[in-house]
Order: sequence, then structure tokens, then C-alpha cells
Amino acid sequence: MNVAFSDFDAIKKSLTQGELNCADLTQMYLDYIRQGAQVNAFISVFDEQAPGRAMDIDRKRRHHKAGPLAGMVLAIKDNLVMDQGRTTCGSNILQSFTSPYDATVIQKLTDADAIFIGKTNMDEFGMGSSNENSAFGLVRNPHDGQYVPGGSSGGSAAAVAAGFCTAALGSDTGGSIRQPAAFCGLVGLKPTYGRVSRYGLVAFASSLDQIGPLTRSAGDCAELLQVISGHDIRDATSMDEPVPEYASFLRRDVTGLRVGVPGEYFDEGVDAGVQKSVKAAIGFLQQSGAQVVDISLPHTPYAIAAYYIIANAEASANLARFDGARYGFRAKAPSDLEALYVKSRSQGFGAEVKRRIMLGTFVLSSGYYEAYFGKAQKVRTLIRQDFARAFEKADLLLAPTCPTTAFRIGEKLDDPLTMYLSDIFTVSVNLAGLPALSVPCGKDQQGLPIGLQLIGNHLQEGGCLRVADFLQRHYPPSAPSEYIPSAAGKNDKEAL
Amino acid sequence: MPYESVIGLEVHIQLSTATKIFCNCPAQFGAQPNTQVCPVCMGLPGALPVLNEKVIEFAISLALASNCRINPCFLFARKNYFYPDLPKGYQISQFDLPFCEQGHIGFETAAGLFTVAIRRIHMEEDAGKSVHAESYVAADETLIDLNRCGVPLLELVTEPDFRQPEQASAFLMYLRQLVRYLGICDGNMEEGSLRCDANVSLRPRGSAELGTKTELKNMNSFRHVERAIAFEIERQQNLLRRHEPVMQETLLWDAAHQVAQPMRSKEYSHDYRYFPEPDLTPGRVTPGQIDKVRARMPELPLAKKTRYIETLDLPAYDAAVLTDDIRIAEYFETLCRHVEDKKLASNWVMGEVLRALKEQDVEIDQLKMTPESLAGLLQQVEKGAISHTLAKKVFAESLATGTDPVVLMQQQGLSQVTDESALTDIIQDVLKQHPAELADYRAGKEKLFGFFVGQVMRASGGRADAKKVSELLRTRLSK
Repeated sequence: MNVAFSDFDAIKKSLTQGELNCADLTQMYLDYIRQGAQVNAFISVFDEQAPGRAMDIDRKRRHHKAGPLAGMVLAIKDNLVMDQGRTTCGSNILQSFTSPYDATVIQKLTDADAIFIGKTNMDEFGMGSSNENSAFGLVRNPHDGQYVPGGSSGGSAAAVAAGFCTAALGSDTGGSIRQPAAFCGLVGLKPTYGRVSRYGLVAFASSLDQIGPLTRSAGDCAELLQVISGHDIRDATSMDEPVPEYASFLRRDVTGLRVGVPGEYFDEGVDAGVQKSVKAAIGFLQQSGAQVVDISLPHTPYAIAAYYIIANAEASANLARFDGARYGFRAKAPSDLEALYVKSRSQGFGAEVKRRIMLGTFVLSSGYYEAYFGKAQKVRTLIRQDFARAFEKADLLLAPTCPTTAFRIGEKLDDPLTMYLSDIFTVSVNLAGLPALSVPCGKDQQGLPIGLQLIGNHLQEGGCLRVADFLQRHYPPSAPSEYIPSAAGKNDKEAL
Repeated sequence: MPYESVIGLEVHIQLSTATKIFCNCPAQFGAQPNTQVCPVCMGLPGALPVLNEKVIEFAISLALASNCRINPCFLFARKNYFYPDLPKGYQISQFDLPFCEQGHIGFETAAGLFTVAIRRIHMEEDAGKSVHAESYVAADETLIDLNRCGVPLLELVTEPDFRQPEQASAFLMYLRQLVRYLGICDGNMEEGSLRCDANVSLRPRGSAELGTKTELKNMNSFRHVERAIAFEIERQQNLLRRHEPVMQETLLWDAAHQVAQPMRSKEYSHDYRYFPEPDLTPGRVTPGQIDKVRARMPELPLAKKTRYIETLDLPAYDAAVLTDDIRIAEYFETLCRHVEDKKLASNWVMGEVLRALKEQDVEIDQLKMTPESLAGLLQQVEKGAISHTLAKKVFAESLATGTDPVVLMQQQGLSQVTDESALTDIIQDVLKQHPAELADYRAGKEKLFGFFVGQVMRASGGRADAKKVSELLRTRLSK
């Protein structure tokens, strides 16, 4: 097996047995990045810093002083600030911006002896579902270069899928980790809002953003989550709750687990192939001892509208600081202050970002606030309540991550609304602040990966990891069985 | 038609916390530009605000002092506008659910006691400064100093209860005294620690409806506040008399020309698009927190002044002078614990102590004379053990040397000579030394009496009790 496609567990074994060292591993990834340049997964590659760092970690290993992530080579989404290299957020307006400080997660990963290989491409400021909205060019899906890798953490997902790194960090505001994980055949986790410090994550929508891992296995996801989780005094929204031992959720069975299946997530808008695969996985879990429960999330149809109002409203304020006055791109020869703002922002931001700033500004405007932002906040509460009720009956919810597999490059570029609708199964989770994980559950006829989404209750990342790990170890079985929902969502009677 | 003016104030109170409202940078005034900054107050990408708990404490104390209802849960909001010295493109302020609401503050005006209703008090961060007028700034440049970004402010909004400019300025003066009493703001209007905007409108006397209001800005002294409001009332009056409408607009007070000029409409016609700040969770204030602050609240200035008049029996003037600054009042009160004669204590604080502070240009806690030491000296005065004149000399010397005044008295044998036999001896000597004057006196030149008193005082080194000397001398000369 090619070590570039190994999970961290396997790498650690090779390191321990002396078959591999961090320096060689890092060099191999750098070679792959060079050879796979057409994927365009990276905005910055740390080809100067990473080899030295890898040698340092090898030295530490020899003295048995290495941290838990020694040997994990990470790609970091370019909206996480580091005091090395640039932080661009995929935008022209920050094309040469360098941060004087490290994000909290970067500090934690550094302390755990992870090696950083580069900063990954992304939809500008996280705004997109295909990674086509980047000032640094689109990213190609390593499974098929004609297809998008998903977004906005498309570069992170592509980097892992293409064997450019062991794992990656992304950020998820409305599905930006889970959807690219699904499209690229990876495990992608959006933790509970507040589980991971946002300090140093360039904000898109502050009440929705969360940093999380993109990995090959649930085990790697658990190891990364273990390091990056926890309270941070620099983030007032981070939760002061103990961090469980996530590895303890691995290698377990699913006996007695109550798995809820929301009927609203299996409507006619979902591809037949996706439906089939997800249901097959649910059937397998049931066969393996899980108890499958039909549940309903009745406010799902309003989630997209509420999400795009709240996210864009917050973004309109969060992106106001990029004005050309203090750092970042500044337009040439503005005649006065207003021209400085207008020109810098018009030239510095891409079309999608400008569209969203305008939408967000509109929904907060005097006279429109109640009708849009106020209403969206109410919908958000109702969506939270939907989930709260569902978790009275189920320990975990199961659904497709996306209605389709990866789409073709350019396919939805001219139709923002269709693009927005592809987030339909991921945004509710952000509105409710819940943890959710996408795990591969098969491929469609083109051979493109399909993602199964596991949604946990608050702080129940462990439950998501448990099921994902179980599926990765035991599924697909030799004879897949299929779960057939009983008028799912129409009533709450326990299925089958 | 007679008009009534309707005036409300919005006062920004810069809090004297050690650090800023959302980060750990020092909040002090006067540092080199852009040296008291960090990623948070510079609004760098990825940085997040965390509320300084001290600001809540300060806000509680002003809420209590203004009799406001403290909201058990308060929210921060983003106020969105573009300006180069506002590095995030929004100010973290409060909109819905401010810190506290519905209070009132009583204070004195020239015409008597006045109570103004307080609409709300909310917390917010200050913006930076655009620097144009310094020697190091070129004519076509504007530089930005972000030191002030994130310095905590409380914004207090009154109801439009004032009818005269004098009431507004009297309130502002009282508020300045109040925040200094509470120790939450240094009250320096010129440095901008206390900033005031006024809303002014006119309506026909007796009408309950409010007229169109204008907002006055840029008044950086009490006098400017009063003058600007008076100017604006007159301007609106002239408009209304000519049947011209008052435009709702913002005017800047131009102190040099004593006029209020309208700002360009572009500069203030903002839609601030307030919405809840997602980076900060809703704040909570517990009864325990409030009680803790309440327990440490000082007696407020008006109550203190009233008590000085009613309980200590001091003249209103004394009470006003003594309570102007809480540290002076506290000095005076410590003094009073040891001195029976409150008027004596008051005279000394208003006289010698305040003069010394002025001469030495120091604050009272830096004065080399504790109230306890001064009390020792005044006790000697009360006993008649030292004359006022000598006591003042001792006070001055004690200030200069730092030696306790009573110790100084003893070292120099300065306690008053009241012993009759000792005084009689001195008188005897003086009369012997001045036979010619004695003869003149006896011949009817009675104004020489003063000469003899002076000679006795001098012979005693100033220590003789002048009253006693007169008595004894009169007896002796009448023989």
C-alpha cells in the first residue's frame, strides 16, 4: 500500500517499526504535490519549512519526546491564520496578507508535533460549494478531474484524497467540511459549535463557523479532534466542557444504538444512487444491532433560506474590515476615502463574495431587518427544536451528506440558487450548532464517492465517530441489505 | 408664539479600566501611536473579542448611582459603518437589551434641585483616532492611531427632560463628579474621557408633541455644551419664527467661531444595521455581582453635600467645596473623626490643605500630611495649646520636612505659653526695657497698648497666648 494514502494509524506503525521517518514522509508528500499540481489543492506549499520541521520531529522521536501527532503531515485551509506564509482566504483582497499570530488550533497542533505542509485552496472566504470561487483558481476532484471537489474546503479535501498529506483542517459554516469530504470520499467532521476554538479562523459567519478535520479514517479524525478541541479563553463562544477520550469510541459495535432517519432528507430531490447507498448503509447498521427510528425534522424546508440570510448578514459585517485602509489589497489612486473603499472592495472581492455582502447588507437594512434577519432567527430556533425533539427518540441521526455526488466543473457556476440548494442537508446542522460527520458509504455509477452524514446531539462527536469507524471497518458487507423507511417523516412510529 | 426647548444628552464615559474592553492591551491615554494594540483591537482577521469583567463592575456602579434597572441578560450588537479608525468596520456596542435602563439622577442647578430621567446606559468599545493635525503628518495624509480602539465606554442617554442649556451643563458637571466619585472615569473632557452630544428641538409651549430635533456634536467643555445648545435654540427659534422648517441633521460646534455648522449629510446618514454580536454570548449579571458592587459604593456627591450641611452644620459653600472631589471629602471626613470643631476642620481643608495642593501641584494622596497628622495639630488648636498663626507655620514646616506637626511643636517648644506667672515675668521685663513708652502710655498715649502686646509676643517667640497677654497687660498697666 502506498504510504501517501495511508491513514495516520498505519503511518505511526511504520514510524515505530523504523520503516519510515517524518522527513521522508514529508518529502514524499511534497513530491506528490508537485506531481499533482493540476489538482490546484494548495495556495501555499511549505516546501522550505516542512522538511526542517520534519527533521526536528524525527529528532524528538529518537529521544522519545515527540507529541501525539508526530508523523501527521497536515494541510491547513487558508482561512486559518499562521505566523508563517500568507493567509489569503482564497481572495485577492488578502493575496499578500501575512498574519502576525497563529490560530489557537495551529498552536495546539504545533504543540502536538504535527507537521504543516501548506495552506489549501478554498472558495473565497468560505463562500461556495464547489471551490470554483477562488482567486487562486478552481480545484479538481482527485477522483475525476472533470468534477469539483466540493467546497468551501475543497483544497483540503482534494489534498487528502490526492495523497498530498495525511489529513487536513477545514472549516464548516454550512457544510464546507462535510460536503467536500463526501465528494472526495473522506471522513469530514464539523464539531459542535464551541467545541473547537475559532480564534484565528477568519470569520465567514461567526455563529455558524467551526473548524474540523478532513481525514481518511474515523480514527484519524478522533486523533485530530482530540488535539484541537477544548476551551479557549480567547474565544468567548468556545465551550468550557471536558473533552472526552475520542479514541474510546472506536472499535465498538453499534448494538442498541438508536439511529434516527429524518424523512425530510430522503425526498425526490435526492439522487437515486445516493438514496440507495445511504439506505443500504442504514440497513447494514440495523442488521448489526442498531435500532432504526423514523423521525421528522419538519422545518427542514426553511433551513436554506434561514441559513443564507444569517450567514450573509454576519458575513457582511465580518468582511467589512477588508477595506484597503490598513492591510490587504488597496486599489491604486483612489480620489478620496469613499473611492478607496469602493475601488478596493470592488476589485479585491470576487463576484460571489460581493453578491453575499450585498444580500447580507440588505437583510439587515432598516425596514427589512424583521422581515428577513428577525424571521430567520426564529426559523433557527424552530430548527433547533426539531433536532431537540429528534434526539429524544434517537442517539444519532443518519442522512445523505448531499443530494448528489460531485458535479461537473462549471455545471452550477451560473446558477447560484441551485448551488445554494446543494447545501440543503448540511446547513441545518450549523444552524442548530450540532456535530455532524460525513463518512463514505459507496460510489455512484461514475465511481464518484457518496457521503453518509451522521448527526449527533450537542457534544456527541463520539457517537458520530463510533458509527463512522464501525462502517469503515465492516462496510460494505458481502451482501448489502437495504433499509426501507416506512412513510418516513409522516409519523414517528419506529420503523421495521 | 412662545417656544419651549427640549434637550436630551448622550454622554460617552471613557472607563478608567487598566485594560481594554475586549483584549488585554493597556487602556491608558497618551502612549506613542499604535503601541497599545494587539490582533483583537486592531481587528485583524481571525481575532475575537472577550469581555473584560471589570467593565461590568464599572457599569453596575453607574447603574446603581443612576437608579437604573439592570437587565439580568444583556446583549452586544454590531454597529456597522466604514471609517479608517474603525478597524473591524463595525463597533461592538449594545442595541436591544442594553446594560441597564429607566433610571434617574438628581442634581443641583442654580435654580434648585433637578431630576433627569435616564433612558439607558450601554457598554461599547471606543474607535481609534485619525490624525491630521500633527507635525509629522503631511498635508495630504491622514494617519491612524489605533491605541484608543477598544477602550471601554459607557454611553448614558438621558430622556429629553432639560429645558435650558444651563440644566444640561449642570447635569454634565454633576455626572463628571459622579463618575469620578465612582472611580470609573477621570472625567477629563479635553482629553475626551467625557464626551457629550446633545439633541435639541423646540415646540410651542404647552405642546406635548416633540418638534424636529437636531444633534449637536464636538462640544469639549461644559461651557461649549451650554453655548452650543443656546446657539441651537436660537437658530431653531429664528427658523420657526420665519415659518421655515427645522431639518433633522447633525451639527458640529465650532468653538472658535461660536457657531454650530451642519455636517454634510453623507457623513451621518448611516443605516447602522445593528444585529446581535455573534462573537459574544449573551451577558449575565447576577444579584451577587450587583451586591458586591453595592457594598463598595461610595456616598454619592449630592447626598454627601446634603449631609455636610444638615449633619455637620457646615455652610453650603463649605459643603460644595469639600465634596467636589471625593478624595478631598474623604480626607475631610477622616480629619473630622478626630476633630470636634467641624468648621475648624473645614476651614483648614479649604484653606491650608487646598492651597498646599495647588502650590505643590499634587493630588491629595501625595500630600505629605495625612489627615491623622493634621488632626493632631488641630486638636492642639482646639485645646488652645497653639495659636492659629503658629499652627499654620507648623503646618507649612511639616509639609516641607515631612515631620509630624505635633512632633515638630514639641521639638521646637512651640506650645503656647498660657502660664500666668511666666507671662507676668515677660511683661515685667518688657516694661522695664521700655521706660519711655511706659511713661508716654501713662501720660495718656493709650494706643501704645498694642506696642506692648507686640513686644511681649516677640519676647515669647510668638508662643504667648495673645488673649491672655492682653488681659494681664491691661491689669498690670491699670495699676
